[in-house]
Amino acid sequence: METQTINNAICPVAVRLHGIYKSFPHDGGRLDVLRDVSIDVPAGSFASIVGPSGSGKSTLLAILAGLDQPDRGTITLQPVAADAPISQRLGQVGYMPQRDLLLPWRTALDNAVAALEVQGISKHEAQRQAMPLFRQFGLEGFADNYPHELSGGMRQRVSFLRSAISARGLMLLDEPFGGLDALTRSSMQEWLMDAASRLGATFILVTHDVDEAVLLSDRVYVFSSRPARVVRALDIDIPRPRCLEITDNPHFVECRREVLDALRSAGGLTVRALGGARS
Amino acid sequence: MRLYRLAYRSLLPPLVAFALLLVAWELYAQLVVGAIAGGVRLLPAPSNIITALFTNTAILAPHAWQTFVETAIGFSLALVVGMASAVVIDLSPVLRRAIYPLLVVSQTIPVLALAPLLVLWLGFGITPKVLIVALYCFFPIAVAGARGFQSTDPELVKLFRTFGAGPWYIFRKVRFPGALPSLFAGIRIAVTYSVTGAIWGEYVGAQQGLGIFIQRTQHSFQVTLIFAAVIVIAAMSVGLFLLTLVVERLVIPWYFAERQSKSVLSRDLSLFDPRGGK
Repeated sequence: METQTINNAICPVAVRLHGIYKSFPHDGGRLDVLRDVSIDVPAGSFASIVGPSGSGKSTLLAILAGLDQPDRGTITLQPVAADAPISQRLGQVGYMPQRDLLLPWRTALDNAVAALEVQGISKHEAQRQAMPLFRQFGLEGFADNYPHELSGGMRQRVSFLRSAISARGLMLLDEPFGGLDALTRSSMQEWLMDAASRLGATFILVTHDVDEAVLLSDRVYVFSSRPARVVRALDIDIPRPRCLEITDNPHFVECRREVLDALRSAGGLTVRALGGARS
Repeated sequence: MRLYRLAYRSLLPPLVAFALLLVAWELYAQLVVGAIAGGVRLLPAPSNIITALFTNTAILAPHAWQTFVETAIGFSLALVVGMASAVVIDLSPVLRRAIYPLLVVSQTIPVLALAPLLVLWLGFGITPKVLIVALYCFFPIAVAGARGFQSTDPELVKLFRTFGAGPWYIFRKVRFPGALPSLFAGIRIAVTYSVTGAIWGEYVGAQQGLGIFIQRTQHSFQVTLIFAAVIVIAAMSVGLFLLTLVVERLVIPWYFAERQSKSVLSRDLSLFDPRGGK
């Protein structure tokens, strides 16, 4: 398999969260969302976070992206220093939301370079950097199309490209395929595995879909319902490259069962979490 | 093909309705009112009005031009002030709370009361007319603009913050373009008010303009000429409205393309649909 690195500037980031607490004002009191969350993601690896709805997974990503501050705890993004101010994370981390959030007045190419433009790179230079990626990410021939002319899966690829192109080694994916139909989601998961290996960055994925987490990840973190703690960290030692067919593999089934058991024990096995699991 | 269908579906029904109305009017004026002595002077038939319109073109033209100039200047002023108000309202919640009620109150002042005062203060020149047009027009623009800014998806703002974008960048590149469809909805409403505003201003006192023309012809019971002036006013209003639609399609083509691809079923972009064809 071709594992050509697409961006020489990318140097994968090791992520270490230690004892993160976060609460929000709520009804006069405070609502605990994260309680003593610690995760450890080696540079260049792929980690997933699964947990019940509203358990604070997205809050954790927002904190990592630099959109929010934890009440307590330390965040270490190596090589970014542990005591770096919050503003240093903004613009450093690639964050991809669930909805594609493409600007309808911009073509796919102009959307893809939006983050580079923010960083002060000229439009011409940004487009020169982005064009080869269109080819590699299966978007060739669609650079000049507007978002409404693209399928849901293609819009998510452009959205991914936009975030990845500006990321300096860490990509955060917040349920990126949650809004897609099951068929498109499967093909996007395969696409993401390929894209992730090309990108050579560290990935943290938040998802409801247990199969998706096991398929894509080197390590799966299972969160409890709110306030979220890590109830299980499971290493997925299925060799790469993987393909969708390994979901029938006994080892895969075993991993999935362990994640589901952990979710159940955390009281987080909701209908939605089950619905995400293909069996 | 698309344009043909657009014209067919959105222009044909109002044209047919309008034609039927004219025929009914013509028959009533000719057969019923015309039978009374001097009746034609009270309710002229459409054919009389059209004839009067053409024979009096030289008289009407300078009045129409005056009204048009007042409307254009007043509307431009409203556009600038309205958009500035929308930005100010959007920038600060405190200012929003302070200014918004004032805007609403400004719309409750009857023009009937305000117009004579403005003429009293500013004279019979063009200034009071321009101000009345601006006052009429700026409210829908300000409100629609502010609503447009507020309709920005908060997730989109968050995403651009993760790119490292500051508030000013986000405002220029994300929120402003996103507010344009809403802003244009307000502009469409404002444009339909604009000519009426100028007419009101002239009615109170002016040297030239369709408003003062209507007042003079009223005093000399030239009903046919009143109708002729009304036709010019209506044509001017509709013309400005259509011009707005054209500008809108040029400025935000992506909005129409996106909307059309979203709603294959509701393809007719009814030009005169009060819901703005949404």
